[in-house]
Amino acid sequence: MSKKISGKVSRIAGSFVTAKGMSGAQMFELVKVGEAGVIGEIIRLQGKVAVIQAYEETEGIKLGEKVFGTGKPLSVELGPGLIGQIFDGVQRPLTVISNMYGPLIKRGVEALALDRKKKWAFKPTLKKGTKVTGGDFVGSIQETSLIKNRIMVPPTISGVISDISSEGKYTITDPIAEVRTSGGLESLFLMHTWPVRKPRPYKTMLSPTEPLLSGQRIIDSFFPVAKGGIAATTGGFGTGKTVVLQTLAIWVDADVVVYIGCGERGNEMADVLDRFSKLKLGSSNQSLMNRTIFVANVSNMPIVAREASIYTGISLAEYYRDMGYNVALMADSTSRWAEALREISGRLEEMPGEEGYPAYLASRLAEFYARAGQVQTIGNEDRQGSITVLAAISPPGGDFSEPVTTNTLRIAKVFWALDFALAHRRHFPAINWFMSYSENLPMLEPWFAKVEKDWQKLCNEARTLLKEEEELREIVALIGAEILGDKQRSVFETAKMLKEYFLLQNAFHPVDAYCPIAKTYKMLRTFLKFYDKTKIAIDSGVPLVNILSLPIREKLSRLKTTPTEEFDSVYLEIDKEMNEQFENLESESSGGEDQI
Amino acid sequence: MSKKSHLGLKFFTVREITGPLLFCESVTGVGFGEVVQVITPRGGEQIGQVIDISDEVTVIQVFEGTAGLSVESTAVRFTGETIKLPVSMDMFGRMFTGTGKPADGGPNILPEKYLDIHAPTINPYSREHPTKFIQTGISVIDGLNTLLLGQKLPLLSGTGLPHKLLASQIVRQAKVVGEEEGFTIVFAALGITSDEVTFFRNDFLKMGAMGKVVMFVNRAEEPAIERILTPRMALTAAEYFAFEHNLDVLVILVDMTNYCEALREISASRLEIPGRRGYPGYMYTDLATLYERAGIIKGKKGSVTQMPILTMPDDDITHPIADLTSYITEGQIILDREMFKKGTYPPIDPLPCLSRLMDKGIGAGKTRDDHKQLSDQLYYAYAEGKIVQGTALVSGEKALTSTDKLYLKFMERFEREFISQGFNENRDIEDTLNIGWTLLSILPKSELTRIEPSIIKKYHPNHEKEDSK
Repeated sequence: MSKKISGKVSRIAGSFVTAKGMSGAQMFELVKVGEAGVIGEIIRLQGKVAVIQAYEETEGIKLGEKVFGTGKPLSVELGPGLIGQIFDGVQRPLTVISNMYGPLIKRGVEALALDRKKKWAFKPTLKKGTKVTGGDFVGSIQETSLIKNRIMVPPTISGVISDISSEGKYTITDPIAEVRTSGGLESLFLMHTWPVRKPRPYKTMLSPTEPLLSGQRIIDSFFPVAKGGIAATTGGFGTGKTVVLQTLAIWVDADVVVYIGCGERGNEMADVLDRFSKLKLGSSNQSLMNRTIFVANVSNMPIVAREASIYTGISLAEYYRDMGYNVALMADSTSRWAEALREISGRLEEMPGEEGYPAYLASRLAEFYARAGQVQTIGNEDRQGSITVLAAISPPGGDFSEPVTTNTLRIAKVFWALDFALAHRRHFPAINWFMSYSENLPMLEPWFAKVEKDWQKLCNEARTLLKEEEELREIVALIGAEILGDKQRSVFETAKMLKEYFLLQNAFHPVDAYCPIAKTYKMLRTFLKFYDKTKIAIDSGVPLVNILSLPIREKLSRLKTTPTEEFDSVYLEIDKEMNEQFENLESESSGGEDQI
Repeated sequence: MSKKSHLGLKFFTVREITGPLLFCESVTGVGFGEVVQVITPRGGEQIGQVIDISDEVTVIQVFEGTAGLSVESTAVRFTGETIKLPVSMDMFGRMFTGTGKPADGGPNILPEKYLDIHAPTINPYSREHPTKFIQTGISVIDGLNTLLLGQKLPLLSGTGLPHKLLASQIVRQAKVVGEEEGFTIVFAALGITSDEVTFFRNDFLKMGAMGKVVMFVNRAEEPAIERILTPRMALTAAEYFAFEHNLDVLVILVDMTNYCEALREISASRLEIPGRRGYPGYMYTDLATLYERAGIIKGKKGSVTQMPILTMPDDDITHPIADLTSYITEGQIILDREMFKKGTYPPIDPLPCLSRLMDKGIGAGKTRDDHKQLSDQLYYAYAEGKIVQGTALVSGEKALTSTDKLYLKFMERFEREFISQGFNENRDIEDTLNIGWTLLSILPKSELTRIEPSIIKKYHPNHEKEDSK
């Protein structure tokens, strides 16, 4: 145990406080500054002088005020009660703060992340005398209707259980077990703490094999992300990054969702909180909040807490990963985090790199993303968990060559490029199907092949068709549409169908918002079948106009809003009608020829 | 050490003056961010603030400029206070300087309160998210980029474009449908010229609205540094009216470009490492501390709606000022030079415009059930029309299909009949939506893929006719 340090303020500039007499201080140690007890973190040490970045406003702090060390780096509390909560960037619970202090977050407000009074029904799963290591389950608590919280031996402890509480109700600070370690007896509680900047350990990193299904057709079919993968979505303002991330937070098939609002809008955060509290998870009757944790550090909260917020968020994600859950983490937006980094670096007068960002931007990004992945968790039991990171990037001027985008894309294997042109015509999600990619696709192929054998073939056909249309469009722009034959026109028509009836998806429509994977497949199959039949019909002399006036077309447009319960029967019906209508067409046209 | 010993005393400790900054010897007990009265050699008083303090030196930013100050005979007096604005309901109809002093020759107000101009963040959990529709009477805004109560929606303009006219039209016409009480206006002039200030003031007087307006004015010729305070003064007043007196307040900030220039000027004089195009790296955060002060708080009746106006240098939307603003605000209305050249008023190109909160404030019970789908279809059709126009320019009209030609016709009439409207024309939302339908009926019904058949049936003007054919 290090002795608690105490020093004196010798300089204040913005959110930076310099303190002298700080012997024994450690890098990233959490300190309290002045009478107001402003929380800060040590970010530079020079002899006995420490530079502290404050998480709150520094106004009113005076020279000579005392600075106290806490002996610990910025840490999060991990235990039952996290789910359904809204924290700020340093894990202060915003609901509690609102109840205690009113609607404005004034300086120095304090609230513990987890409720100390609440009693949880704990069920032990281990007996006295069991040998345990970090990550082993001691017992469990039903945290929410959806999540069973496994009380784990903290990663740093191993030994033999010398005492364990019986089934009953306990607060998070009641000791529930005791472990005899090589260094003596250690008490276990329902909660433990973890320093946010340190990744929680795991046994091995595995290669992902399963997709994180999103119910979003363009993502699930063309650009899927694996459980344990990293996806980045990039676009200028107004292209719908936030809506994409929010939609995914609602629909992804993860067990736990951590949503980090990093330097974004207050109203937007209010809206997402409101929506989530009203929404139910899938077809179940469970509130979406029963699997979601929010970390909300809006743009006018102190930037230093913004910088910390993504570490706070991912530490919470790791905690649930260690229990064997699949966790999805949304970070909106990592550009705001990078800007906080730049601002801090600038104030420290460090040598700037590209566009003023510090030279270590790339390595910090890499360190953060390295905490994603599908892992074999610690603990004696064989267990897997994953963290999928879905990050939004807000490039200045919509320019994808800027440092945050380029450095992220070096790490992220899935890229959803959002496009101004699509957004302008209100085509959402505005994911550009030419610029986006998923490097996860090859390893997910076996999984998709299990759903439907020709899944990949269909997706490729669809993408080829879109590409063909793009090329034709360029030609038409030069020499006009009149030179096109019916077959080429049919490319236009089918591509338009794909775009309007398949790729376009209304995130706010009660049915269309979520498209199950089987429905996605069948829709794609129907459109491509229509295209195949069109080509055949044209070959046998049917004019395109006749095909376009087939009544079936209207039904195709409504496939996406067909409720899931009715979908299968509608699909079969459409398939049948399509066959019939095309047969009629062909017999009519050949009949017509006969008459000549 | 007695804590208040330094208060009220004059210190002749200035060592250096650079730009708007005074460097003084440090005095024990002075707090960071404290307000300083700077006493000029002639006995005048200016406001300053401590922006950096260390054992060796205290840096004071002087808000009304450092012209006329000297190292030997300038004194500073520390107040132990942060910057505060005296507020009261008597502020209506009055004009104040950028630092909150009366600027219309009238007496000082009798303050009900003194409020810190740096407001704490609204807890996101305590925010009520905006859902009430504001009718501006302007089709391209109401129909396609609806403004809601508590939203922050900027007008991005260029030099010479009629953003002043548009702002004045919005101020004149804006109302929440079904509510008698109109808006209260807080107007902040940031580095604009005297005749622009006069234009707005006369306009408010003409509409008889001056009794509902409070103006904070920092003219172009006044110190740039004062501009840093002006929007904060205005927003503090707005919050006071909204959250303590239950008023719906519309805040107009014009011109945010000048504000950002001032920010850059000060940053440079503080020798900070510049970010993009010389603007400070913290400009996003700084702008956020202004724009985020819009909104509604749970349990309170009033609201703060913001309409910042900025002129994009060289009409460049990727310029940091426009870019960062649009990243923080909830959408943007863009004035377009091409539209302006064609003589369209308001010269708004709807394609790059956006109102992020729109969906929450429209639909049945708010505007009309067809609003969202109609708006999406109009967007699609107009974008399609523009593409067709491009093709026609390159390869001539003969290259167009018959449907293409209809889109072209739609586009032209859309600009003429929907976007374009008079400076005094106040269209209610029904009118706006009906015009939209009339224009969509140019296109074959099969093209209306964004609208559900039931809605088409209900609103399409030729629905019956075509079906009986």
